[in-house]
Amino acid sequence: MQALDRKLLRDLWHLWGQSIAIALVLACGIAIFVAMQTNYESLQLSQTIYYDQYRFAQVFGQLKRAPESLVTQIRDIPGVAQVQTRVVVDVILDVPNRPEPVTGRLISIPDQPTPMLNDLYLRQGRYIEPRAGDEVLVSEAFAKANGLQLGDRLGAVINGRWQSLQIVGIALSPEYVYEIRSSDIFPDNQRFGVLWMGREALGTAFNMDGAFNDVSLTLLPQADAAEVIFRLDQLLAPYGAFGAYDREDQISNRFLSDEIIQLRTHGTVIPTIFLGIGAFLLHTVLSRLIGTQRDQIAVLKAFGYSNWAIGSHYLKFVMVIVAVGSGLGTGIGLWLGSALTTLYAQFYRFPLLRYEVSPAMVVGALLISSGAAILGAFAAVGRAVSLPPAEAMRPEPPPQFRQTWLEQWGVQRWLSSVERIILRNLERKPIQALLSMLGIALAVALLVLGGFSRDAMNYLVDAQFRTVQREDVMLLFNEPRPARTRYEMTHLPGVLSVEPFRIVPARLRFEHRSHRIGIMGIEPEAELRQLVDRHLQPVSLPLDGLLLSSKLAEILGVQPGDWLTVEVLEGSRPVRTVPIAGLVDELIGLSAYMDIHALNRFMREGTTLSGAFLAVDDHQLDPLYSQLKRTPTVASVSLRNAMIQQFQQTIARSQGVITTVQVVFACIIAFGVVYNAARIALSERGRELATLRIIGFSKVQVAVILLGEQAVLLIAAIPLGLVLGYGLAAFMAALYDTELYRFPLVISRASYAFAVVVIVIAGLISGGLVRRQCDRLDLIAVLKSRE
Amino acid sequence: MIWNSPEAKSYPDAAVSPGVIFHVCGITKTYRMGEVEVHALRSIDLDLYERELVVLLGPSGSGKSTLLNILGGLDIPSSGHFYFRDRDLTHASDAELTRFRRDCVGFIFQFYNLIPSLTARENVALVTEIARRPMRPEQALELVGLEHRLDHFPAQLSGGEQQRVAIARAIAKRPEVLLCDEPTGALDYQTGKRVLDALAQVNQDLGTTTVIITHNAGIAAMADRVVTLRSGEIIRILHNQTKVTPAELEW
Repeated sequence: MQALDRKLLRDLWHLWGQSIAIALVLACGIAIFVAMQTNYESLQLSQTIYYDQYRFAQVFGQLKRAPESLVTQIRDIPGVAQVQTRVVVDVILDVPNRPEPVTGRLISIPDQPTPMLNDLYLRQGRYIEPRAGDEVLVSEAFAKANGLQLGDRLGAVINGRWQSLQIVGIALSPEYVYEIRSSDIFPDNQRFGVLWMGREALGTAFNMDGAFNDVSLTLLPQADAAEVIFRLDQLLAPYGAFGAYDREDQISNRFLSDEIIQLRTHGTVIPTIFLGIGAFLLHTVLSRLIGTQRDQIAVLKAFGYSNWAIGSHYLKFVMVIVAVGSGLGTGIGLWLGSALTTLYAQFYRFPLLRYEVSPAMVVGALLISSGAAILGAFAAVGRAVSLPPAEAMRPEPPPQFRQTWLEQWGVQRWLSSVERIILRNLERKPIQALLSMLGIALAVALLVLGGFSRDAMNYLVDAQFRTVQREDVMLLFNEPRPARTRYEMTHLPGVLSVEPFRIVPARLRFEHRSHRIGIMGIEPEAELRQLVDRHLQPVSLPLDGLLLSSKLAEILGVQPGDWLTVEVLEGSRPVRTVPIAGLVDELIGLSAYMDIHALNRFMREGTTLSGAFLAVDDHQLDPLYSQLKRTPTVASVSLRNAMIQQFQQTIARSQGVITTVQVVFACIIAFGVVYNAARIALSERGRELATLRIIGFSKVQVAVILLGEQAVLLIAAIPLGLVLGYGLAAFMAALYDTELYRFPLVISRASYAFAVVVIVIAGLISGGLVRRQCDRLDLIAVLKSRE
Repeated sequence: MIWNSPEAKSYPDAAVSPGVIFHVCGITKTYRMGEVEVHALRSIDLDLYERELVVLLGPSGSGKSTLLNILGGLDIPSSGHFYFRDRDLTHASDAELTRFRRDCVGFIFQFYNLIPSLTARENVALVTEIARRPMRPEQALELVGLEHRLDHFPAQLSGGEQQRVAIARAIAKRPEVLLCDEPTGALDYQTGKRVLDALAQVNQDLGTTTVIITHNAGIAAMADRVVTLRSGEIIRILHNQTKVTPAELEW
């Protein structure tokens, strides 16, 4: 080993605390980068392959009933490649050991296994036997959530008749990667599941022999999706079409694609913060190291070492730290990444969600961290190299101090000498102080951000399930029902009150923009469904006109007072204009509300209901449930409490894991910044501090001077970090502002307080470590040494 | 004052004659430097008296600095006893030594060791803030002839001026003893003499016992007594019958 390399190792050994602190900060950045990017790649790759191999459709449409013969006309629409027609019906299921009714989506499949669009991957069991009318395949998520095995039986009300279905296979479909009901924000796999059943059996049961009510298409490469959708709608309109949509609006795909985009954003923003801080820390440590080794540099130059040799010597110092940091970071990143994949596999069902790590990714991580480090080290190394030997031999000139601006305002009267030392040291290196402060502030901000995602989720669930939705049970009928149904429901066991609603599928149009939605008519004095504004204050329903959720208004580019064209997608499909009476704020989905009577008038129909909100007596749930399971007119049942429970079991728990990781990483940043700054201050000012000890200052007093500076920075960084955290949260909230859900910009005081407490503790620990070194100052050496 | 020093605890009495400020009795000091055991002091006996100015003379490695460090409470002896007045400081704790340094000892270093971020006045105030009965910083600086440089930072002062600020800082607490480690070591001839003059002045005006370490034999003539060390032992103690003023010193 060359002598210079031996020096390198000893320098590293001498600065091991700081080197490790920096390596850890870099490791965090790399770990997040690797974990997020590998998952981004894995998810994206799995999505592409799955969609491709299993022929995920590009255009989807639902309708009431059309004859099979229409298929040739659909196929003739220019741009259409393949057509798949199906029968899709939502029914109530009775799942063993589950008292409450479960909504099952029955989807027809060919009686013989044939290649089709949205093809199935059979995970377990076998395909259905032809003509075995009671055999079904169930989705994997649903089977797992309910502990269903091959051979188990499920009860179902199929077109008014109780039928027992036997599970013969467990399957996956690209259409239900994220298996969720369209109105929900997180999947409830216990109470919603997809079942595939033979076409003949399903057709017979629902009177769909030689007919279909669901169509999916793939398109030719150059086809214009909008044009195809337009023509398909025209073609299907007489058959009660609800309006076709493309892949982008397909709900499972929408959730999956949004998640992939967010992964990439997170995987870029957060590592950048860490690597930036790591670069800054490397810069400060290396500057100090070079400062203390001026004479050594001079000697090396005097001996004839080239600038290149000296520059690369210090760069090697940096690269060793980078190698340790990125090695550790890649390792942790791969571990976190595979854990994240396991987590994703619980929510997103792929035949195979393999955790893919490309060598290019690891090389990329290495390059990025070295790049950041070299950027940080560049100026310091440049200074070392450019120092003429004779000047380098002389000690560094004494630092220049002046009165701080605070003192120029006359504050010094109230400052003790110790406080002046602290202030002037801070002001002497304002950029370093600012960057240290920024580093700590970013750690605070990361913690606030972690708190935000928890708070926003809780707020969202709270707003949706406690303020907006107040019903215990929501029923959806399979067809619009007459007024008397309301009274039938009042007689169901345990029902305390019934508030019916009407849903009319429609396309809302304003200028060139349009959106497909179900207009919901509710009772004007509804108590089980509360319309609210941004501050969760109730909004009353106008006698006439539409109330739009503000996101929908934004998409359509409308304001209260504008008139919308409403193209109804059921019955006689009237097209009428309706004024927008006002806006409501909802965090989930998009919605358009109307007074139910106004909606009935608008439809030129008598009192008609599509479903109802029920308030029920908790003690009579079981009889109610068993009654509902046998009610043929009910297509779907949603239970509010079950949703809340589901949320707490799945989302909240995985949030907890993510929060822990965030806290650890934020602590590492805070520790890295405070420890390094204090350690450098100790090295720069050891002599000064030892002098103070000699002239009678106690260890505590000296530690106050040394760490006071860091404490000031920490205290100043906290409010900055809280503001930054709020800003980052606002950025994330804007990122999550999608049609599916909006993340409200809500951060609780507890989250702020938590961030502050964690950072203060991290600061105290790093301060404590430096304090121990400060206590061991060599007083005698100071008497003899010149700096 | 920003911190109140707790009341000094009582130390065991010892039979120390009046007028004696330091009583050093059979002190040895050995320490390890790497693999080597160094005998820095070998059985030193020495009394220092009130108001006297003592020069400790000796070549490098003679043990004079080690002795000064023990006198100043920066180091503890390996064996033997060491009294400050009637207090036995041989086994004093770290906190006791800190209090001793704060209340009784003024230090002057070869390289001044001023705090670069504080002005001359503030460097002195640093000590007066924690001392029990200090003089005003301005007064201390006036004593060393720096009343016109009060608000200058160390980087704005010459070496001699910096050393005089250090002297002012050392005397401002009215210490009982002033310990100076090569105070002129980093200064040129003329400036060195001015600094010694300031020390002699303080010794005369305030009556502070002053110990100056030097390997410059020329300085010895200004002392009341000259203690010469070699290889950790006192080889000679000389009483100056006729003290000269620093201005008359030659080296």
